[in-house]
Amino acid sequence: MNDTRTLLADTCARLFTDQVTPALIESAEKGAWPAALWQMLEENGLTLPQIPESRGGAGGAWGDAQVVLAACGRFAVPLPVAETMIGAWLLSESGLDVPLGPLTVAPVRPADRLSLTRAGAGWVLDGVAGRVPWGAAAGHVVVAADSDDGPMIGLVARGSAKCEPDVNLALEPRDTLGWSGAPVVTAALVGAGLPTDALRSAGALARSAQMAGGLEFLLSQSVKYVTERVQFGRPLASFQVIQHQLALLAGHTAAAGMAAQRAFAAMDEGDAGFEIACAKIRTGEASGLGAGIAHQCHGAIGFTYEHSLHFVTRRLWSWRAEFGAEVYWAALLGREVAARGADALWPYLTSR
Amino acid sequence: MATFNFQLGKLPPEAQKVRAEIRDFLARTLGGTSATKRALSWGGFDRDFSRRLGEAGFIGMTWPKKYGGHERSALERYVVLEETLAAGAPTSAHWVADRQSGPLLLRFGTEEQRQRFLPRITKGELAFAIGMSEPDSGSDLASIRTRAERVEGGYRVNGTKIWTSNAHISDYAIALFRTKVVPDKKHEGLSQFLVDLKSEGIGIRPIIDLAGGHDFNEVHFQNAFVPDDMLVGKDGDGWKQVTTELAFERSGPERYLSSIRLIIELIREVGAEPGERAAVVIGRLTAHMATLRQMSLSVAGMLQAGQNPNLEAAVVKDVGTSFEQEIPEVVHALLGVEPRLGSGSQFERVFGYLVEHAPSFSLRGGTREVLRGIIARGLGLR
Repeated sequence: MNDTRTLLADTCARLFTDQVTPALIESAEKGAWPAALWQMLEENGLTLPQIPESRGGAGGAWGDAQVVLAACGRFAVPLPVAETMIGAWLLSESGLDVPLGPLTVAPVRPADRLSLTRAGAGWVLDGVAGRVPWGAAAGHVVVAADSDDGPMIGLVARGSAKCEPDVNLALEPRDTLGWSGAPVVTAALVGAGLPTDALRSAGALARSAQMAGGLEFLLSQSVKYVTERVQFGRPLASFQVIQHQLALLAGHTAAAGMAAQRAFAAMDEGDAGFEIACAKIRTGEASGLGAGIAHQCHGAIGFTYEHSLHFVTRRLWSWRAEFGAEVYWAALLGREVAARGADALWPYLTSR
Repeated sequence: MATFNFQLGKLPPEAQKVRAEIRDFLARTLGGTSATKRALSWGGFDRDFSRRLGEAGFIGMTWPKKYGGHERSALERYVVLEETLAAGAPTSAHWVADRQSGPLLLRFGTEEQRQRFLPRITKGELAFAIGMSEPDSGSDLASIRTRAERVEGGYRVNGTKIWTSNAHISDYAIALFRTKVVPDKKHEGLSQFLVDLKSEGIGIRPIIDLAGGHDFNEVHFQNAFVPDDMLVGKDGDGWKQVTTELAFERSGPERYLSSIRLIIELIREVGAEPGERAAVVIGRLTAHMATLRQMSLSVAGMLQAGQNPNLEAAVVKDVGTSFEQEIPEVVHALLGVEPRLGSGSQFERVFGYLVEHAPSFSLRGGTREVLRGIIARGLGLR
């Protein structure tokens, strides 16, 4: 990590250690919007790290976004930071201005479709999108929609949709938004530099960093716990079977971190389709296995609401299914690899 | 808690150039080799192939030119390893010498030993075996008992080594013997020797593996004489030297590529337009392999930078061998084919070979349990 990113990581760790307390997460789980925390993030330039300064961002790269998102995963930050980064990127790359405040994106599920239609000088939005993160709370929704002119990116304001609120396992808002001839703030054809599945792949990319960060928390928290907790007259850490379980967790954590790191680097290099698929598959799988190990090592106490382990494990269980689960990306990747042919596997792998 | 230092490794342009060269060499040399032969991975032993690889400049790549080396970077060598493994080239006749014995002599050998052995290794002419384990030692290397006693002009050796791969077809072994018994300090008094496997007093007995293959041996020393000039490093420094040697053994791409032939043949088997389940399996395996490659490259980058990534190497080996062992399982779950040996399709035979050999992947070079102990120590748990 370069010096700027080390500094960025330190800033996040400091801010989140102070601010993202169990009490704050609990109140967010009851539906409160942590407005003060959002404001601090925005003021510190942490919500748009990779957006050009000309569009209101911090002018960094995706590698910077990764640092922030990993920290959000590690601390279970109950805010749409990832969604804001992705939404701003879609707008910015399509030549549109980025509004202040929290954003979210739609659609999240591969099967949902939205459409934009011309209406006078502007556009209107139709369609239904399920499981939209903070769909009702975010100031604006950035949508990827079809139109007669081709695929477009549009921006609609909060309140433009009929909203059915719901939550995920971690009690983060996951709302169903339905638009019917809703007015659009701005819209443009998808930027030429964006891949066709830009919203979903950027979402998968962001979740991979959050999950890798969450796994780091599981590892450090579990190591801390087994070192302190005494059973049968000695610390759990001294039992070989515990040591081996945590070595396994360390392996999954390292693999997840590496996969995410590679995907963000590929994003900065300009073509990350392959690496994002790998990262979402690898971090998603590590999340399931890692959460299992962390809970087993914590015993019954980790299964209580009082203990904070579940703030991260419940998120991991939810995030791995969003923006395409492992099975979605693996099928996509597998079909591509098979179409290239058996003998192209290795040359393809080494060309990335 | 200690954290692992996995940073992205990037291959320099010269390494990409080497990739094109080795690919071209392998295509010319291995054309027509069957998938079942290629499935042997680094188990295939072929002196002729090793000589040609040496002639082409791909052995001892990082070593000084004065010993026949090519003074290339560790990353250029890494690319050659990747490509030979991915192609299923028979590397066994030079593998140990290139990976371990040569670097050991460069580090601890005398000038005379270097001049005598290294140039011949780089030509692909010398095959080495590793004489570490003993009947009662296994992964507990410090418990070895084979004695080398000081006599006029050298040492007199008695005892038995076991699991010595290719001892019956190799020229030399680098073996660890006890030169002094230090009570309660089993890591002390160990020394490493270069042993000419054709010497008198050495008996080699085959151990046939469960697949019917002959790779392992028992090597018996009965008053075998090893001259002074075949001591490697200092008398009594063996333990320190061996642990250095093991770091070389754990960091390479061989720790996740042993089953790659089965993935390749699986893709061939299911065709260009696989069904959903097969596509998911292939995509998942690809994602794991690509990630392991990045982890392994990261360790290679650290080695190139002169760092000591022992812990990261242990992580790569643990995750990597679990992956390569999982592949036959995954293939079985998907297709339910019977693993075959001499009969059946090429795919069934590749599958059969890997089903039988997969258990060894997490045994060789330190068992999974030993590695997890190393990782746990890195985490501060012991």
